[in-house]
Amino acid sequence: MISDLFSTTVIIGIISSGIRLATPYLYASLGETFSQRSGVLNLGVEGQMLMGAFAAFYVALKFGSLWGGVLAAILVGAVFGLAMAFVSNNLHAAQGISGIGFYLFGLGMSNLLFQKMIGTVETVQGFPKIYIPFLSDIPGIGEIFFSHNILVYIAFFLVPVAWFVLNKTTLGLKIRAVGENPDAADSLGVSVIRVRYFTVIFGGVMSALGGASLSIALLNVFQQNMTSGLGFIAVALVYFGGWRPWGILGGALLFSMVNSLQLWIQVLGIPIPSEIALMMPYILTILVLVVSTSKVRGPSALSKPFERGD
Amino acid sequence: MKSRLSSLLDAFLPVLATLAALLVGAIMLLLLKANPLVAYKALWDGAFGSTNAVAETLVKATPFLLVGLGICISFRANVMNVGGEGQMIIGAIFATWVGLNVKGMPGWVLITLAMLAGVLGGGIWGGIPGILKAYFNVNEILSTIMMNAIAVQLMNYLLRGPMIDPAQAKAASQIPQTARLEEIYRLPRLVPTRLHFGALIAVILAILVYVLLWRTTLGFRIRAVGENPDAAKYGGIKVQRYVVIALLLGGAFAGLAGATQVFGVNYRIITDGSSTGFTGNAGFNGIVAALFGQLHPLLTIPASIFFGGLLVGANTMQRMVQVPSALITALNGLVVIFVVSSEIWRKKRQRRREVVALQINEPPETQAKSKETGA
Repeated sequence: MISDLFSTTVIIGIISSGIRLATPYLYASLGETFSQRSGVLNLGVEGQMLMGAFAAFYVALKFGSLWGGVLAAILVGAVFGLAMAFVSNNLHAAQGISGIGFYLFGLGMSNLLFQKMIGTVETVQGFPKIYIPFLSDIPGIGEIFFSHNILVYIAFFLVPVAWFVLNKTTLGLKIRAVGENPDAADSLGVSVIRVRYFTVIFGGVMSALGGASLSIALLNVFQQNMTSGLGFIAVALVYFGGWRPWGILGGALLFSMVNSLQLWIQVLGIPIPSEIALMMPYILTILVLVVSTSKVRGPSALSKPFERGD
Repeated sequence: MKSRLSSLLDAFLPVLATLAALLVGAIMLLLLKANPLVAYKALWDGAFGSTNAVAETLVKATPFLLVGLGICISFRANVMNVGGEGQMIIGAIFATWVGLNVKGMPGWVLITLAMLAGVLGGGIWGGIPGILKAYFNVNEILSTIMMNAIAVQLMNYLLRGPMIDPAQAKAASQIPQTARLEEIYRLPRLVPTRLHFGALIAVILAILVYVLLWRTTLGFRIRAVGENPDAAKYGGIKVQRYVVIALLLGGAFAGLAGATQVFGVNYRIITDGSSTGFTGNAGFNGIVAALFGQLHPLLTIPASIFFGGLLVGANTMQRMVQVPSALITALNGLVVIFVVSSEIWRKKRQRRREVVALQINEPPETQAKSKETGA
């Protein structure tokens, strides 16, 4: 019944799993923020997530090492990021479209490798929950904030880190300069191409980590197309959050909380069409885009390849 | 002479890009311990080896072509419509609703109405991002992605609730699908194959889109907006209006693709809860086909057949050499990456041609001067 939704246990459950489910969005969106702030639109996030999810799952399943899985995801993400960086920086390919190419490639490739190297649906023992001493004992708060696996903690920790790097370091200044006015940055001796290589590779790594967080920490399985659109949402969250890490955190939590609510509605057997609830964050994102585009401006050089003396 | 060779090279760039992708595919096949020649032979036979194979390929190619035609229009206006998946879904829902609820009409009248409903549904779903882009400056890549996700949820909701097959509603299985269309309301087939009338409609529309883009004022304006919006505005074209029209038409074609999928192939909407479950990724593959056809509606016909053939043949390949057909999805991705990456050579040559043309058109005096300075 609907009233079941309002019991303390259920509310705590919804918020707690909402926080957990925000993890893949956070990794992928924070990574994408870096590449977009430097002027590169990477629309292949979904493909990178799938590849990362597979790589991490495979290593965890066959070698029994979760951290090995994380490392595998990082490597795969870096390779994909490198390819995307080359295609967009050196070959000046239209970024929206090459991203679709990388998506299709990752979709097919991860499925191919899964069928060839694993074949059947299997599960792994994912990262265990870490109960922070004392804090996790606080009623309610403990379950919501201090009883998650390590990849969840890292994802949330990366939000202030990303904010700090982007706004308070020389690297962040270079990234922003390259995204806003590459010609000026270039004339000041900043290597536009090098900065963009860095951010796009970093974005690939983060997307792959987002995928890994699904396959070896949250769901602990790999299936074909298991992200089913999550990577595209992660790209949209960057716009939703106005290219700022804290805004992205808000957007990620909004999406994940609605997902979590919807899961609980199904678990409790409440006769509300959950699809309508699932639609809401997307509609809201569009509305936010409508309102914010007049106020928040994206990086000026976004998706424009850099060419000297243009 | 040189410039003709150069434009010939341009036309072959996608072909070269595909060959490169197939080469990478061959390496992947070798790594998977399959003989690439045997695998590609199986692929070819599966796609074009028999009448039935050809028919299946054309059935697969039809939604690619329809979506691709819409992409030709949108992308020519420099509007990146990646909402084909959602537009197909809404088109299918509109058409199916007509097919199941409108009664007492001759078959062909109802089919026509249903197809138009599909066009309308897809048009609405493309038009919304169009308005958002033109008047609220919302990035269309994002809004169309959002519209895809909304369409999927809407479809899931309708197929589990209001539009569920009455038989399934009573049964315990509750499979999310609509009722089947009555036989007289289905697109005619070229029996014994599954090739349906939609394929012919798509080819005719390809010719019409060609006429639209290059023989009408509307088409000229759409292209002008895409090539140089500032110049178009200066020339008195209401840029915003044509951005909306381009997305609306793009959506309309995708909506028709969804409608023909229902009325020509499945006779009902059925899904696994994802958009791919219904569209078979045609919303994205249509982009691939259109790009491969260089955003030219007539070239998009062979391009769609090519990609339809790849996907149909992939199943035969999977049976013959035990290589998952997912390989072909990956290769499709590579083709896209290679095609957009090869654009740089086309642009470089184009620039060189322009320089040459400039030198030829210049009066001899300045030409001599520019030679002196080594330009």
